[in-house]
Amino acid sequence: MNGKSEITEKYLGLYKDNINKISGISSAFINSFRAPAFEKFSELGIPTKKNEAYKYTNLNIFFDHDYENYFMPVPSDFIKAEEFRCDVTDLDAHGIVLLNGFYPTLNEKLRQLPSGVWIGSLNEAAVRFADIFEKHFGKYAKSETDGLIHLNTAMASDGVFVYIPEGVTLSKPVQVVNLVQSDEDMFNQHRNLIIAEKNSVFSIIICDHTLSPQKFLTNAVTEVFVGENAHFDIIRVQNEHNNACKITNTFIHQEKNSVTSSNNITLHGGLIRNSTYHHLGGEGAESYSYGLFLADKWQHIDNFVNMDHAFPNCTSNQLFKGVLDDMSTGAFNGRILVRPDAQGTLAYQKNNNILLTDDAKMDTKPQLEIFADDVKCSHGATIGQLDDDALFYLQSRGIDKREARLMLMFGFAHEVIQNIKIEPLRERMDNLVMQRLKGELSRCASCMVKCG
Amino acid sequence: MLIINNLKASIEGKSILKGISLEVKPGEIHAIMGPNGSGKSTLAAVLAGREFVEVTEGTVSYLGKNLLEMAAEDRAKEGIFLGFQYPIEIPGVSMVNFMKTAVNEHRKHKGLEPLSASDFLKMMRDKKELVEIDSKLANRSVNEGFSGGEKKKNEIFQMAMLEPKLAILDETDSGLDIDALRIVANGVNKLKRPDNSFIVITHYQRLLDYIIPDVVHVLYDGRIVKTAGKELAIELEEKGYDWIKKEVENNVIA
Repeated sequence: MNGKSEITEKYLGLYKDNINKISGISSAFINSFRAPAFEKFSELGIPTKKNEAYKYTNLNIFFDHDYENYFMPVPSDFIKAEEFRCDVTDLDAHGIVLLNGFYPTLNEKLRQLPSGVWIGSLNEAAVRFADIFEKHFGKYAKSETDGLIHLNTAMASDGVFVYIPEGVTLSKPVQVVNLVQSDEDMFNQHRNLIIAEKNSVFSIIICDHTLSPQKFLTNAVTEVFVGENAHFDIIRVQNEHNNACKITNTFIHQEKNSVTSSNNITLHGGLIRNSTYHHLGGEGAESYSYGLFLADKWQHIDNFVNMDHAFPNCTSNQLFKGVLDDMSTGAFNGRILVRPDAQGTLAYQKNNNILLTDDAKMDTKPQLEIFADDVKCSHGATIGQLDDDALFYLQSRGIDKREARLMLMFGFAHEVIQNIKIEPLRERMDNLVMQRLKGELSRCASCMVKCG
Repeated sequence: MLIINNLKASIEGKSILKGISLEVKPGEIHAIMGPNGSGKSTLAAVLAGREFVEVTEGTVSYLGKNLLEMAAEDRAKEGIFLGFQYPIEIPGVSMVNFMKTAVNEHRKHKGLEPLSASDFLKMMRDKKELVEIDSKLANRSVNEGFSGGEKKKNEIFQMAMLEPKLAILDETDSGLDIDALRIVANGVNKLKRPDNSFIVITHYQRLLDYIIPDVVHVLYDGRIVKTAGKELAIELEEKGYDWIKKEVENNVIA
């Protein structure tokens, strides 16, 4: 066994059995990363609770299961993806659908938008835009501790590619809808690469959905390059059923004076782990990391943030909130690393959670590692119930207790939602959060799966 | 309108109100004064329906109904309003949404349809002018980041929106500068009608320069020890509370 867990052995076997098939449909450049990543994965394995960053999250229940593997896109499935329509009515976006991790259009695998913007299939872009692609792919998704990043690099073959050239402002957001649908329990991985060149302005919405009730495990990696003075926002909306596990790893590399925000809104999902790595890689960069989750039943939601201040005079702010009902559990781990050269750093972190029952459980862990001296850092974490004084204040104005509780929970959640700059999406999220808090199903109208 | 009879109440087993009797008729303004710790805020809390105060004896009748049996929200809908001494900050809940919900709950209780968005906004505008509140405050979260004076003005604004029959203002004057005090008092005076009543709880007399009470009560050690006209407030301002304390103690000895 070489000291490796049985579960890790299983995924090592999966690689060996399928690597020829996977390589056969991928570009040579992507394939060149696979063997070293496999080596790294076999060294690190599937994270266990012994891994400090996974201390509160047990992945075994999803990794220790026999899945069908979706290594090859099935054209007949694409029809379903084409039929999917997001129902955020006023949202005017450049839409992309990923089905089980693949870009599902047979003919036009890359689309050109105005001003030289390209969106489409990662695998296709690796060939058609080799110069740009090779400058960035595999440069930001790095980890010395998390085997899942390397498992993705070793085996993922498609995903979304977005390229915004220098100086371009894309007024409409790009919306990626990740659909998972299968007749069998399924494991899938995808890989995204987003390049926002110098002085560009751009936002992307990523929606995670499950379309059939099978057990699913998804391990996704997204790499983002944000050039000098560029503005970039990423909003992730997760609405999956209780038998689905979604692991997302987002690496955002920022150059000088760039401004980025990331917002993870988890409405529903069985086991969700979002890792967001912000690399402030140039002087004067700003990075905002937000997250909100609503959990009930046996759900487990884990947010991990790594805010890496590598250059002087950068600013970062983290705000993560959770509302936990029933016997749900959650975790937050927010790391702020201020490297020795990063003088003049401003870094803030806040994590607030509401437990609605005695059985719900939340673990929160701030992790500040500061190696510079001219630094302003603060962090605060709370885990509690709804505020009795605030509840009475609302009741004293004639609002009944149930409605008052809802208003307080909504207000609590809205502090995260309000950071979404795209208005129709912000309103939609407010609505979905309200429905979710009321115990109504907050699914999109065209989705057939009852996530509750 | 309100009849309190021999009301006794305690907090965590500690007796605070030790037998209060009081009657407020429609159109009257009652001032309740008294030194710190005499039970003024506890009385307000009992009337508004705060659960941490335990009523051990006595009755409170409001418009012929047993007030003590009603939930806080029902008391509000029946026309009782508490102006808080320390208004609560509620991040994420906008003033507009808060007031719209409250006003429509009151309307539902009266069998009325909810207000349309435009009627509601018009009502907000009118009432804001009435109490001279900065219109930007209404676009913010409830009391969040408001100054002390803004919070108190916001209480009067909410009172204007909900048009209570009986308003209990718990030390609304504390921490106010003279301009804010004047605005708060003006708001009360403008809202006064022959059919509604006020109980103004205050530590100092100065608010009563602007709001002229019909009756002044002095609360001390959980009891009303003196009741008189508005001249009592002036006497208290001149002499402080010590003479009252002495009088009470002498009576006990006698």
